[in-house]
Amino acid sequence: MKRLRGLFLLTLLVVILPLLFPDNYYVTVVAVSAALHAILAVGLNLLMGYAGLISLGHAAFFGIGAYTSGIVTTRFGLDPWSAMAAGMLLTGTIAFVMARPILRLKGHYLAMATLGLGIIVQIVLVQTEELTGGPDGLGGIPPLSLFGWEVDSDLRWYMLMSAVMLLVVWLALNIIDSRSGRALRALHGSEVAAEMMGIDTTVTKTGVFVVAALSASLAGSLFAHQQAFISPDSFNFFFSIELVTMVVLGGMASTFGAVFGAFVLTFLPELLVIFEDYEVMIFGAILMLMMIFLPQGLFVGLRDLLRRLLQQQRAPAPAPVVPAGEDKHDAA
Amino acid sequence: MADQILQFLLTGITVGATYALVALGFAIIYNASDVVNFAQGEFVMIGAMSAVALSAGDGGLPMPVALLLAVLITVGVGVLLQRFAIAPARGASVVTTIIITIGASIFLRGVALLVWGKDIFALPAFSGDAPIHIGQATLLPQNLWVMGGAGLMVLGVHWFFGHTTIGKAVLACSCNRTAAHLVGINVGLMMLIAYGLSAFLGAMAGVLVAPITFTSYDAGVMLGLKGFAAAILGGMGNPMGAVAGGLLLGLIESLSAGLISSGYKDAIGFVILLLVLFFRPSGLFGRASVERV
Amino acid sequence: MNIRKTLATLGISALVGLSAAQAVAAGTIKIGSFLAVTGPAAFLGDPELKTLQMYIDEINTKGGVNGMQLELVHYDTGGKAKEAVGFAKRLIKKDRVDVIVGGSTSGSTLAVIPLVEKDRIPFISLAGSVKIIDPVKKWVFKVPHTDRMAAAKIFEDMKKRGIKRIALISGSGGFGKSGRSQVLALAPEQGIEVVSDESYGAKDTDMTAQLTKIRNTDAQAILCFGFGTGPAIVTKNVRQLGIELPLYQSHGVASKKFIELAGAAAEGVRLPASALLVADKLPASDPQKGLLLAYKQRFESKYGPVSTFGGHAYDGLMITVRAIERAGGTDKAKVRDEIEKTRGFIGTGGIFNMSPTDHLGLDLSAFKMLEIKHGDWTIVE
Repeated sequence: MKRLRGLFLLTLLVVILPLLFPDNYYVTVVAVSAALHAILAVGLNLLMGYAGLISLGHAAFFGIGAYTSGIVTTRFGLDPWSAMAAGMLLTGTIAFVMARPILRLKGHYLAMATLGLGIIVQIVLVQTEELTGGPDGLGGIPPLSLFGWEVDSDLRWYMLMSAVMLLVVWLALNIIDSRSGRALRALHGSEVAAEMMGIDTTVTKTGVFVVAALSASLAGSLFAHQQAFISPDSFNFFFSIELVTMVVLGGMASTFGAVFGAFVLTFLPELLVIFEDYEVMIFGAILMLMMIFLPQGLFVGLRDLLRRLLQQQRAPAPAPVVPAGEDKHDAA
Repeated sequence: MADQILQFLLTGITVGATYALVALGFAIIYNASDVVNFAQGEFVMIGAMSAVALSAGDGGLPMPVALLLAVLITVGVGVLLQRFAIAPARGASVVTTIIITIGASIFLRGVALLVWGKDIFALPAFSGDAPIHIGQATLLPQNLWVMGGAGLMVLGVHWFFGHTTIGKAVLACSCNRTAAHLVGINVGLMMLIAYGLSAFLGAMAGVLVAPITFTSYDAGVMLGLKGFAAAILGGMGNPMGAVAGGLLLGLIESLSAGLISSGYKDAIGFVILLLVLFFRPSGLFGRASVERV
Repeated sequence: MNIRKTLATLGISALVGLSAAQAVAAGTIKIGSFLAVTGPAAFLGDPELKTLQMYIDEINTKGGVNGMQLELVHYDTGGKAKEAVGFAKRLIKKDRVDVIVGGSTSGSTLAVIPLVEKDRIPFISLAGSVKIIDPVKKWVFKVPHTDRMAAAKIFEDMKKRGIKRIALISGSGGFGKSGRSQVLALAPEQGIEVVSDESYGAKDTDMTAQLTKIRNTDAQAILCFGFGTGPAIVTKNVRQLGIELPLYQSHGVASKKFIELAGAAAEGVRLPASALLVADKLPASDPQKGLLLAYKQRFESKYGPVSTFGGHAYDGLMITVRAIERAGGTDKAKVRDEIEKTRGFIGTGGIFNMSPTDHLGLDLSAFKMLEIKHGDWTIVE
């Protein structure tokens, strides 16, 4: 039960918020984006935080999911749920095929390869106008409905998006605690050592890459139906960077850290908006300062700080605490 | 056809020379501190924008003075970046340093936006706009400045690391920090020098290309990206590899635009980069890395 | 900045923002706007925002509209469609604005259309694409000329010069792509053949490769569709390669900045643009002349060289203000109906005559064909 305590807390929060603040912009609009980002960040965190594989192109999978949903529903008249499945099938296949050559790379080379993948997908989305509508985007995507329950209001989207987010968090927690989850963490520690222990690193890496891609595709489909309009710039390199930032900011190798990071990075620009021209500078400065002073992440950093304080209160001689996400990645 | 190819090659080399300078900056910082500096493109922008700001208007400085000051300003920014953003985060993971330098690039862009506004600016060409004909192909005098300047700086960097005590000391820090410290090298100072040198290269690239490409507060983003790609293509941490990577990327882009499809030229560049990495995971001229257990 | 906003911004607790009351001062008309004030399309959003602020201040000092003060709520999209959707939601649901005048780029306008239609709020777009008003959407209007009109105007001029085969080079952004498809669609019926179809990336620094290809075709003119640095680099590269063909640009470069960037290479370039750029060269009988000179003088005395883009914001704002006056209040449906009834409104872009089937209300006569001579705009007769 202990490992699901966080999930219960999160569920409680998700349920209470709209009851306390019904029809509040930050709950029914911003929190929906935050939940969407959380789905993406939790998936990416499996890849980055647990398997230690950097991806600067995650928005590509998000985009493939969104565009498959958009194109299949508007041009071929398929129902949204089949479209969503088609998107996941396509994304999963692409991820599976790309996994082997890409995941051989390490550190900055892997960063570059995933970044390149993201840019290629972006260019294809822009150039294949006949199919995607080009930079002007693709509109008229139908809304989702669930057993006759049309998801057409902000509050309903809040419910659906939060439910999916909780589901994804639950799945991620289960994966991490499973046998393959342990294999993942071993991989992160040292790939050679993991291989020595009899872990098939290629299979494990491919698996986590595909899972991360699938969750991004799912988020993409939801996004397409929620917005009813998609254009390539929602899936560009900057969004990939934003997702990585969410994971790192929250704290690598912590699922709730990823959720926390997603919420912080979604709300922060909303709050910085009033600074107008100063917004860009302030955002950059906050990013730098947080990473310099809390390199293990905001969520993990704050959690450890809290633990340390609690411990100090209990025992006068504090035992050193090992922070959860402190593993160093090999740069080589 | 031959004339066309010659023009594509000349174009590719000019564009590639810019990428090469940015990539060289990436390589130097990576060598010295294992950090990929995503703010490298912003050095280019700051160099160009300060040159424009200093030389513009009636009260503007004469061009050579403005250029010199612009380069000095950028070097100052590079040194400050090392001192206040990179040094305090020493030992952080790859991803953390990536985010820090991305944060730095956003911050610098934000400052540039406030200081210089969002307009696009042009710097006057150093020696006129009259095109030079080579057969059917043409070049601008400024293109020669870019190529010549890039060539000189590449040689300079090569000489600096191979033949000066300071250069060798910087290299020593990148090989083994502790050992370098033990033999009496001031590691902190060497880091500052590496970042300053990298910023210098960026600023030079900025002032050399600004008359051709124009500049604005967000001009560094794309250059930073292409420079990073070039550095990876050549093999991270190999300065001459980075230069080769830059030239190659410029040539690939211009040849694909000319011979295949201008819409997909960037995609073609990245596809080739991916293919290279699939077969040589450490780039064209990089050393294969070995994981320590 | 009030205390609530400051606290919220410190960003420690989102709850501070959550619990904040949505204060709506009585007796104000809230005009919402989302513009590309920064980013690659800043040259659109920046003068648009300045124009809105300048004229809203002026209207307020003169006593407002129907005795109510105007309040501008604006956000910067950076030219990104996703941001635009977020801010449009914020305008509608948090700020509860009465009408939206904004959307500098076509991408950001098209992205918010589903939202605006669903939440039924009058929206006047400042973006170019013809897709915004074709097909007609109930709540969506626009004031700038469409890219289809620009293509038509250019073809009209080409035919006068006997040009039959053209080479097209366009930017890969929304503006360039959309313009390209209009050119390709319109060319056959105008008897013009597009013999070469090239493109460049938004941040590309050299287009000589594409232009070298164009040089080796039998095109009689080059048409460049794009905005920002791209068209200026194309213009310089054309000159560098010694290509003697006539060069046409789109209305995307209709600002003095283009002439400044392209320098001597801009001589002889032709482009369609609204009369604002040549206000002082118009005949005294021109009905727009008075307004154009007044706007130009006011903008330039405060901010520097005028562009046609700020003018769109003037048109959008004034059409809205007139509609609110006629509607006698801010009832959204009534304001929408009154915007649709706009007739004979003299704006910077031309004389607007909207109708239930035309949510733009301009015709080709609103465009002037200009040529750059001696670093200045001249009207081509």
